[in-house]
Amino acid sequence: MRRIFAAICAALLCASGGAALVAPSVDQAVVESDAMPTKLSAFGLFRGNDPKLPATGIGYTLRAPLFSDYTDKHRFISIPAGKKAKVLADGVIEFPVGTVLVKSFGWSDVDEGHPVETRLLIRRASGWTALPYIWDADGKDATLALGGRRVPVTFKSPDGETHSIRYAVPNKNQCKECHSLAGEIVPIGPKARNFILDPAASDKLRSVYFENPAALKPTMPQWDDPKAGSVADRARAYLDVNCAHCHNPAGSASNSGLFLRWTDDPTGVNYGIGKRPTAAGRGSGGMDFAIAPGDPAHSFLIYRLESTDPGIAMPEVGRSTVHKEGAALLRQWIAEMPKASH
Amino acid sequence: MRFHGLRHAATLCIVAAFAASPAAAKVISVSATTPDANEKLQEALILAQPGDTVQLGAGVWKLTDGLSLDVANVTVRGAGAGEGGSILDFAGQQGAGEGLLVTSDNVFLTQFAVLNTKGDGIKSKGADRIVYHKLRVEWTAGPKETNGAYGIYPVESSDVLIDSVFVRGASDAGIYVGQSKNIVVRDSIATENVAGIEIENSYDADVHDNIATKNTGGILVFDLPSLPMQGGHNVRVFENIVNDNSTPNFAPKGNIVASVPTGTGVLVMANRNVEIFDNVFDQNGTANVMIVGYRYEHKDPKYQPLPKGIVVRGNQHGKAGYAPKFAGGDMIAAAMGGSIPPILWDGAGDAIVLDKVGVLSLNLPDVKTPQSEAKPSPADLSKGTPPAALPVIKLPEAMEAKVR
Repeated sequence: MRRIFAAICAALLCASGGAALVAPSVDQAVVESDAMPTKLSAFGLFRGNDPKLPATGIGYTLRAPLFSDYTDKHRFISIPAGKKAKVLADGVIEFPVGTVLVKSFGWSDVDEGHPVETRLLIRRASGWTALPYIWDADGKDATLALGGRRVPVTFKSPDGETHSIRYAVPNKNQCKECHSLAGEIVPIGPKARNFILDPAASDKLRSVYFENPAALKPTMPQWDDPKAGSVADRARAYLDVNCAHCHNPAGSASNSGLFLRWTDDPTGVNYGIGKRPTAAGRGSGGMDFAIAPGDPAHSFLIYRLESTDPGIAMPEVGRSTVHKEGAALLRQWIAEMPKASH
Repeated sequence: MRFHGLRHAATLCIVAAFAASPAAAKVISVSATTPDANEKLQEALILAQPGDTVQLGAGVWKLTDGLSLDVANVTVRGAGAGEGGSILDFAGQQGAGEGLLVTSDNVFLTQFAVLNTKGDGIKSKGADRIVYHKLRVEWTAGPKETNGAYGIYPVESSDVLIDSVFVRGASDAGIYVGQSKNIVVRDSIATENVAGIEIENSYDADVHDNIATKNTGGILVFDLPSLPMQGGHNVRVFENIVNDNSTPNFAPKGNIVASVPTGTGVLVMANRNVEIFDNVFDQNGTANVMIVGYRYEHKDPKYQPLPKGIVVRGNQHGKAGYAPKFAGGDMIAAAMGGSIPPILWDGAGDAIVLDKVGVLSLNLPDVKTPQSEAKPSPADLSKGTPPAALPVIKLPEAMEAKVR
């Protein structure tokens, strides 16, 4: 991952060193039209259509990323020349029309790290549009997969275990299921509380793309760094990114009454503490509560995170493996809750 | 695509009904035998424009991933829900929480079957004016705890019509309408589910002319705490046949329906203004009608746990109460000569029963009192003035036109 990040940085430095910050290759007419081009190359987002070489823009990472079967995700933002993103008072990042959030998904030990898919989230005048592209066998271009696809892959997770899965590239609607707020598509990760702009980028470069880059101060801890915050805070950061995109009052899981945003009261029933299953079906695992304080073995939130059965698993899309490290953090968090608080 | 011989004729063909106008509604036909049928069908559902029909070919569709529709005013039409029709078979499902998810308004689903999904069958969320018509959702091995939870599952929607569907095997509710308003469920069959039909945390519903048989509980009207929409009210359950709801409860524990006693006809939990009339009840071993408060611990100050303004009238009561499956029920039945009366009330809230049959009260007016302290006795609930009759639910004419 570091290697590719460096490559992206190098490409960006290259771009920023030139006369034009925005490489002429990005086709803003395509970006801003209603088009759904069959080929990813139509956007001109990469140099030589190499997914490691963004043609323009600035890279970013997240304090807590959405788990997607242990894929390495390489993210950058393309913002049209002369326009800037802006951090609003509530930490939401407002991107101008013509912005593209580009995320490539792959594994370092699959196809020499070449991504399997690249997803675009495009800010058009009509709102955000999500388009999934799967890289062709020859790796030279990627093809639109509106209906999604299962791609067989074998990779090793960080603990050394080998996984052979049929990785699910989401269909266009599934993109929206996660990226939905009150029925409209919105980005998930890029909120000031979670957002880390490429640390190698100069202040000058940051201010090319952001009106107020100083406002980009992440407040959530790095979810997997014990030194970065308490177990509870890191668990909440994890829940915010991995669950709250649906589990909020305007999201796809609004009817559940389970709300897991960083800003939600982490002691309440609506955060799952002592909350009985609603429409959970087999997801309850025979347990009474989403979170039984002090008792992760009887908390069906854990049961659902540790399942890959579609009738049980949470999140419902985007995962064919169990995120052991994430589940371990949440187990620890629940185990450390005083039983009396319930 | 209704004829068998045509199945191989086309893979994904788009037939413009009126080619002259680009905005004209078109029929997008997809064949069950298309290679990558799952992906092609999903693509069709994404590329459909408002007004279009996605036509499902006859045959068995072997699907591995849940489908979804997010375009308003689209019809999804199959070649029938029975054998020889359009059968969406999810036995090999690898992903998604349901077989088909609808998140757009004015959608019409008709004449196909969804079988053996891992989670819910067909879910619609925030999908106003949805029509479910002549559909079959079934777990074909019959009652099993490993079946999906809900068969037909509209939630957070206004104007919902469920008409002439068949649902079997749901490990929660066959037909479940949650957190919705203005609802009609009619002319449908729910069998061998835990709950046949369930109206939960919803306002203004008519449930009529259905058959709820061989479920654990036939028809449930529930209101639960700590949900975005609660205070369920104005539900009419009438002219249904609710019989032989004798399937042992097979819901995964923890879910509220896991507490429904086997042999329940109609069960009202919390809610206000529920009318149960002109139904035919028979062979419900616990009770034909049960009216109870929500007796679990909760921390929701806005929640109202009592049933209020419940009216029971004009129903036909066959045999009931001969095998009451709630704690202590068998002892009460033995003390009463082998069976309890067909109507059971826990004593919380208020109800009026005009049917000329017995009512058993557990005399537990405070929902915090444990059920073990029940002091069962016959009760007369025929006194008092019933609240004004609830109005008929009227759906927008365009919805009714779709099923005519």
